[in-house]
Amino acid sequence: MFDVQCSLLFNLHVMRWIWIDRFLEFESGSHARAVKNVTLAEDHLHDHFPGFPVMPASLMIEGMAQTGGILLGEVNQFRHIVILAKVPKVVFHSLVRPGDSLIYTAKLLDARDEGGSVECTAHVGERLVAEADIVFVHLDQNDPQLGRIDQKNFVFSSGLMSVFDISAHEQ
Amino acid sequence: MPTRDEIFAKVQETLVDALGVDDDEVTPEATLVGDLGAESIDFLDIVFRLEKNFDVKIPRGELFPENLTAADPSFVQDGVVTEAGLAELKNRLPHADVHSFADDPKVENIQDLFTVGMIVKYLETKLGG
Repeated sequence: MFDVQCSLLFNLHVMRWIWIDRFLEFESGSHARAVKNVTLAEDHLHDHFPGFPVMPASLMIEGMAQTGGILLGEVNQFRHIVILAKVPKVVFHSLVRPGDSLIYTAKLLDARDEGGSVECTAHVGERLVAEADIVFVHLDQNDPQLGRIDQKNFVFSSGLMSVFDISAHEQ
Repeated sequence: MPTRDEIFAKVQETLVDALGVDDDEVTPEATLVGDLGAESIDFLDIVFRLEKNFDVKIPRGELFPENLTAADPSFVQDGVVTEAGLAELKNRLPHADVHSFADDPKVENIQDLFTVGMIVKYLETKLGG
């Protein structure tokens, strides 16, 4: 089990923590598809690994979580802070290389006051690259637990939400 | 209505999936936190899975109430749950074994009320009716 306790989903002002490029499809309360184009312009690929660049699995989880987290957040008009809480299941099937376009698909399984869950896949073309179940919790600004999380920004602030704008302009 | 054994088997499967434990660890007496290693976030995951596996709706706080003794300062004295606190626990956790907890009612033992058996009893009531 891959358990990311209270990992922060959207930490946007410290660095550009945006791991999807554009939504291809967004069906409120149901499912979403987003694309992430993998390019050698990304520094991290030169370290992972030198001479053999592959998209890190952890960042694919982040991309799936961002796709699913926005899908969940939109159900409540982004009133809640959505935090990636747990990845009960994740399986990686193959490698993703520079030049690949990753397509993340998230299906909303649960959405309630306390949080929600999604089922995600990642494909390159027809090839299944990864699949994951992801659980999110909601925190509100007045939640006492908020102070225990040492991050300033993990809401759907302008950085990640710009993905929405890009998608809207393309349609 | 499914039998208690049938409910237990499904609860066992649910907890194996949610907590990554072996099925022989999931006994009726096992505590979710102490024995099975559940953390706070796992409770929400367990609720999601139980809803799906049993096709029921579990309202927030009905199976796993939060802040059990926070409502009234008289519920706890010197780290021990008082008679009034025990009454509150019985009221909010009708499927838990509060009677045994009363033998050593330290606040830190409250989490031991959340057992596999408690979930099974809760679902028995829910599915029965």
